[in-house]
Amino acid sequence: MSVAALKGPGLPRRRRRGGRDVARLAPHELFGVALQGLGTRRLRAALSALGIAIGIGAMVAVVGVSASSQANLLSTIDRLGTNLLTVTPGTTFFGANEVLPSTAIPMIHHMANINQVSAVYAVPNINVFRTPFVPSTQTGGIGVDATDTGLVKAMNSSVASGLFFNAASETEPTVVLGAAAAADLQIEKVTGHVQLFVGGTWFTVIGILNSMTLDTSLDNDVFIGLPAAEHLFQVQPSPSEIYVRANVNDVSSVANLLAATSDPQNASGVNVSQPSNVLEARAAAKGQFTTLLLGLGAVALLVGAIGIANIMVISVLERRGEIGLRRALGATRRHISTQFLAESALLAALGGVAGLVFGAVATWVYSVAQNEPWVVPVYALIAAPAAGLLIGAVAGLYPAAKAARLSPTEALRAT
Amino acid sequence: MTAAPSPENAVALELRDVGKEYPGGVHALRSVSVDILTGDQVAVVGPSGSGKTTMLTILGTLERPTSGVVHVAGRDVVKASDSDLAGLRAFEIGFVFQGFHLQDSMTALDNVANGMLYTGAPLRERREAAKGALERVGLGERVTHRPQQLSGGEKQRVAIARAIAKQPTIILADEPTGNLDSKSGQAVLELLHELAAEGATLALITHDEHVAETFSRRLQMRDGEIVSDERQ
Repeated sequence: MSVAALKGPGLPRRRRRGGRDVARLAPHELFGVALQGLGTRRLRAALSALGIAIGIGAMVAVVGVSASSQANLLSTIDRLGTNLLTVTPGTTFFGANEVLPSTAIPMIHHMANINQVSAVYAVPNINVFRTPFVPSTQTGGIGVDATDTGLVKAMNSSVASGLFFNAASETEPTVVLGAAAAADLQIEKVTGHVQLFVGGTWFTVIGILNSMTLDTSLDNDVFIGLPAAEHLFQVQPSPSEIYVRANVNDVSSVANLLAATSDPQNASGVNVSQPSNVLEARAAAKGQFTTLLLGLGAVALLVGAIGIANIMVISVLERRGEIGLRRALGATRRHISTQFLAESALLAALGGVAGLVFGAVATWVYSVAQNEPWVVPVYALIAAPAAGLLIGAVAGLYPAAKAARLSPTEALRAT
Repeated sequence: MTAAPSPENAVALELRDVGKEYPGGVHALRSVSVDILTGDQVAVVGPSGSGKTTMLTILGTLERPTSGVVHVAGRDVVKASDSDLAGLRAFEIGFVFQGFHLQDSMTALDNVANGMLYTGAPLRERREAAKGALERVGLGERVTHRPQQLSGGEKQRVAIARAIAKQPTIILADEPTGNLDSKSGQAVLELLHELAAEGATLALITHDEHVAETFSRRLQMRDGEIVSDERQ
C-alpha cells in the first residue's frame, strides 16, 4: 500500500512495531510537554500554584515549629538526664497522707546502681518574710523545705549566685532560694549580708538556685539545712520527696525496688515516678495542639486544588487549537488527558516545593526568635511535593477528561 | 531514498457510501464515494458548508463517519482503535491548516520537530529531520526564528515542513493559501505540488478556482455530495 516516500532527509525508518505504526509519547517527553505547557503561561501558573504553596507552607511551618519546640524540650530532658527517680509518700486507702520513714534515705543508700540520693523535708507552718513587719498572712506562697547538701547535684541544676549548703552551713541558720522564690522576694544576687525572717528567726541568704526543670515546684521554695531545721523547728527527718539518680542502664530495676526499700512495711504507700517521663509526655502533647492548625492548612490546600482545577479547565478551553493540532499529529485521547494531568500535577508539585521552602523559612525564623533548634521533619521533605503531586493529579482529572473528549475537528476550527 | 515500491494504482484514500451526521440532524456528508490513488493530487472544491472540511477530517482519521466505509493507507478507519488511528496520523498523514497552528513559544525548528513528537523518535533525530525539512521548504536560514518573526508565507512553509518532515504518504491541506497574499500563496501551492510529486498523495481543500486549476483532479462538492469529478 505504501508509496515511495518523500525525498530528502527524514526520520530514520524504524517505526514499525509488530507491523503497526504506534503513536508513542515517552515519559520524559511527557514531562517536557507538561513543562512547556506551564512555561508558556508562567504568571498564571505561578499564581495558581500559590494556593497550594500557602497550604503546604502553613502545614510545614506548623509541623516544623512543633517539632522544633519538641526537639528543644527533648534536648533539655537529655541534658538533665532521664535517670532521676522520685519517691513520694502516697495516700492511704482512706485518703490520709502516708509518711515515709526516716530510715528511707539510709536504706536507699545501700541499694546497688545508685549514683546520688537527696531529699527534701516539709517544714510545716513556717513561712518566710523579708522583715518581721510583713503581715503573717502575706506568705507570697513561698514554701520552706529542709534539704541535704546533695539536692542541686541530684536535680542537675546549678547555683545562680552564691553557694549551696555544705556540711558547715547546713547546720546554721542559712537559707538558699529557689529561682522563682528569689524573684518573688526580689533578691537577684547574693551580695553582702541579706537576711530573711524565717519562722521567727533571722536566716542569712547564702545562695540562689537556677530553675530545677525536672521538678519546677521546687523553684517556689526556699531551702534550709536539715540539721538546722531539726534544731530550730523540730522537723521530723521524714522525707516529703526523695530524689534518686540511678545508673542510666538500671533505671527500671532501681525503680521497681525503690518503694519496698523506702518503706519495707508499707511499700504500697510509696509512689515512685520518673520526672523525665512527664516531660516527654508533655513534649508529645505539644504536638497535639497543632491539629487545628493543620486543619487550617488543609482548607488552604483544598482551596488551592479548586484553583488549579479551575485554571486547568480554562486552559483546556483556551488551548483547543493546540489539542486539535496534537491529535492531528498523532496524539491519542490518552496522550492528551495524560498531558493535562501531568501539567496539573507538576504545577501543584512545584507549589508543594515552594510551600516546603516557605514553611522551612517560617520555622527557621521562629526557631531563631525562640532560641530553639531548627527542625523540619524529614518526612516533610518528601510529603510536601508528594502531597502537591497528588492534589494536582486529582484536581486535573476533570480538565484532563474534558481535554481528551474534545473533538479534534472542533478544536482545530476554534482558532 | 525511496521506500518499498508499490503498484502505481494502489488506493491511498477510499470512501465508500460515507455519510456524516452531526448531532442536531446536520448532514455534513451524504453517501460520498471516491477513490484517491497513491500519488494523486486532488483539489476538493466547493462553497462553504458543502462538506469538504468534514470529508478532509474523515480522510485524516480525525473523525469517523456515521455510515459507510473508509480506508486510509489500507487501514479500515471505522474499525480501527483510537490508538491505531493516532499511529496512522503520526506516521502516514501530514496536515497543513489554513491557520498554521504553530506554537509561538517555540522556534521554527522545534515547531517542526514537535510535529514528530508522537512517533516516539528521540529529540535529536526529530530535530535533524526538522532541519532537513526546513531546508527543503527554503527556510534553512530561519530555523531559530519564532513564528511571530516570520511572514505569513514563511509560517505556512514551517507548517508544511512540519507536515512533511516525518515523510508521510498522505498530505492533507485545508485552505493552506487562505490566509496568504496571492504571491506567497502561489509559492506555497507550488511547494506543495513539488513535495507531493516526490512521492505522496495530496488532497487539498479550496474554494479558490485558481488554486483548483493547478490540480490534475478536481472534486466538486455541494451539500455534502460530490457533484463532479474532473480529471485533466
